[in-house]
Amino acid sequence: MSDTKMFHIRTEEAPLLPAPVSTTGVIGWMRQNLFSSISNTILTVIGILIAYSIVAPFIQFAIVDAVWNGENREACLPQDGAHGGACWAYVKAYFPQFIYGRYPTDEIWRVNVVYALFVLLLVPLAWPSAPFKRTNAILFLVVFPIVAYFLLTGLVIGGSVILPIVETARWGGLLVTLVIAVTGIVASLPLGIALALGRRSKMPIIKMVSIIFIEFWRGVPLITVLFMSSVMLPLFLPEGVTFDKLLRVLIGVTLFSAAYMAEVVRGGLQAIPKGQYEGAMALGLRFWPMMYLIVLPQALKLVIPGIVNTFIGLFKDTTLVLIVGMFDLLGQIQSSFTDPTWSTPSQGHTGYLFAAIVFFIFCFGMSRYSIFMENKLHTGHKR
Amino acid sequence: MSVMEQDSAGAPARASLLNDPKARGLFYQLVLIVALVTLGYVIVTNTIANLERQNIASGWGFLENTAGFGIIQSLFPYSETSSYGTALLVGLFNTILVAVVGIFFATIFGFVIGIARLSNNWVINRLAYCYVELVRNVPLLLQIFFWYFAVLRAVPGKREKWSLFDTFHLNIGGMRLPKPIWETGSHMIGIALIVAIIASVVVSNWARKRQEATGQQFPMFWTAVGLIVGLPFIAYLVMGMPMYWEHPNFVETGPILRRGFELNVGINVIPEFLALTAALAIYTAAFIAEIVRAGIQAVSHGQTEAAHALGLRNGPTLRLVVIPQAMRVIIPPLTSQYLNLTKNSSLAVAIAFPDLVSVGGTVLNQTGQAIEIIGIWMAVYLSLSLLTSAFMNWYNQRMALVER
Repeated sequence: MSDTKMFHIRTEEAPLLPAPVSTTGVIGWMRQNLFSSISNTILTVIGILIAYSIVAPFIQFAIVDAVWNGENREACLPQDGAHGGACWAYVKAYFPQFIYGRYPTDEIWRVNVVYALFVLLLVPLAWPSAPFKRTNAILFLVVFPIVAYFLLTGLVIGGSVILPIVETARWGGLLVTLVIAVTGIVASLPLGIALALGRRSKMPIIKMVSIIFIEFWRGVPLITVLFMSSVMLPLFLPEGVTFDKLLRVLIGVTLFSAAYMAEVVRGGLQAIPKGQYEGAMALGLRFWPMMYLIVLPQALKLVIPGIVNTFIGLFKDTTLVLIVGMFDLLGQIQSSFTDPTWSTPSQGHTGYLFAAIVFFIFCFGMSRYSIFMENKLHTGHKR
Repeated sequence: MSVMEQDSAGAPARASLLNDPKARGLFYQLVLIVALVTLGYVIVTNTIANLERQNIASGWGFLENTAGFGIIQSLFPYSETSSYGTALLVGLFNTILVAVVGIFFATIFGFVIGIARLSNNWVINRLAYCYVELVRNVPLLLQIFFWYFAVLRAVPGKREKWSLFDTFHLNIGGMRLPKPIWETGSHMIGIALIVAIIASVVVSNWARKRQEATGQQFPMFWTAVGLIVGLPFIAYLVMGMPMYWEHPNFVETGPILRRGFELNVGINVIPEFLALTAALAIYTAAFIAEIVRAGIQAVSHGQTEAAHALGLRNGPTLRLVVIPQAMRVIIPPLTSQYLNLTKNSSLAVAIAFPDLVSVGGTVLNQTGQAIEIIGIWMAVYLSLSLLTSAFMNWYNQRMALVER
């Protein structure tokens, strides 16, 4: 019995020791992710050097040396040998032009109303859990374009001017960019759906026509399409009929993006299991009821990220219209460089930086949204 | 559609032609054809009437006429007295040049950055991520403008230069490179190169067959490198070194107006070309990087683990197991990115680099032959994209055969 006293039996758990300092917290993270081996350490140092050599001059240019206020180029000229920083005063002075183009100052409220309506209708449409999706979609896709059209171009009923006419030649800047991108995507959606259905059709001629149409537009660069719509389209029309320049560009952009949209929608259609079609047929549904009640709601929901990505591409591509002589955001910035009032060495850099920031905010925001939707939609179809 | 088949196969339900799917299908297609033919007819008659009114003779005759405008870069002799056809050919070759150089650099950058995106090193990983997001979300045209108007205008003027290794020189006139001069007998180097390529193809076929039959591996890579580098080098020595480099000549003394690079010595890469290729390569590289990352991630981790379990080390695992499977995922979208780069090279018109679209635009303005010029554009780009999709189909079929 006395032997047992020799043993020590632990009755409770030993206290947990903290993990070694070298594996936890900032130090542990750094050891694991930055300095795990010699080659890794070298990579880290090179990476930091690259990052520093890009970020430091950028901050110097955009913030430290930047000029925020001023009346004309005098404020932004580099003084006593220092490098000129960004001339934000110039962007400030030109800001209305970048946003509205040469839209008459008294009528700018109309553009603002359109912008506000756009945001008000788009946000609940894009928000997955917001109610009244169907009403919202109809408002956004049907009512809004009509209202926006009359607000932007003007409204004359029987000789009485309700809203003065503003020619599209005076539009410019972000307004033109958004008009082209949004019209292009909204108008190309129904056309793209029709083409996608046509491409999957069992009727040979309809299938062939759809394939030729899609492959033709996808095979040529947008810039030739724009040239075509601005040079060739007038030749196709009977004598005396002329189109507005913006409208011609819109037609070209719509046909172009419809082909891309068709491929996106086709991807969605292919992802719907065959059982859905067969189930719909077993219920006695004909082709169109089957499509708009069963297949398209599921397929379109699946391809929202794809549609957003097409929109991002189109939004970036609207800059090309400056080549056919229209003033989108980039075109407006490019044309402001000719103004001697603000001509400084840093003007070009500042203008491009501003354009890049605006485009980045829009495109990056949309791509984040697309990823968010993708993750959200993924759950239902994960197998 | 199976419903229809059951109908016709089962009870002979001949209610009315209106409900017969076949008849309805025929009717819809007939309507489409009539609509398209009508549209085509209206367009053609309108166009003919419009062309007559503007006194433009349609047809390809204008290609023979003298162009009368200069082109700043041409791969073969071109002068203002050359024909419109020659001018368009110059443009086509410039497009191909930009596409080839752009694809070369975009592939290298893209693969490096795509692999960096997968790096365990946090700094490298984040750098690659920032690169991809920044470049993808800014319009290409803006990037071309940035390189052309902001970067390449900030380099030294005509009478100064920046040099790298005393071989590459940069100033406002563009980049100057040494130019290889081929003397008589140098054609043997080319022949040797072709022979080397054919020989390495033959040897690799033999090596593959031997490996399939016996399991023995053959150091194919080093053999091919040895053949392709060695044979031309031997030819070079045997023929008495018929090739040398002509370095650009920079005049630093003498009258101020005579200073700068001597004309026609070395290769001059014009700034338009530099800006366009740089922007295209950097832009497309961001997309290629994402494709590469997705492709490598698509190979399941089990494959790597299985390879390790079989006793393969890291290098062979990557080379023999991961990359072949990743390439199957990577190649199809990669080819469409190459096609995109080629199509995007048409943005050259914005900085007046003489590519097909830019030269075509000039010809169009001078002659008014809108339909012919746009037809040429469409034909060129469409045949490029058809070639690409033909390649993709071929590749996919080849890959499908390998799959079990």
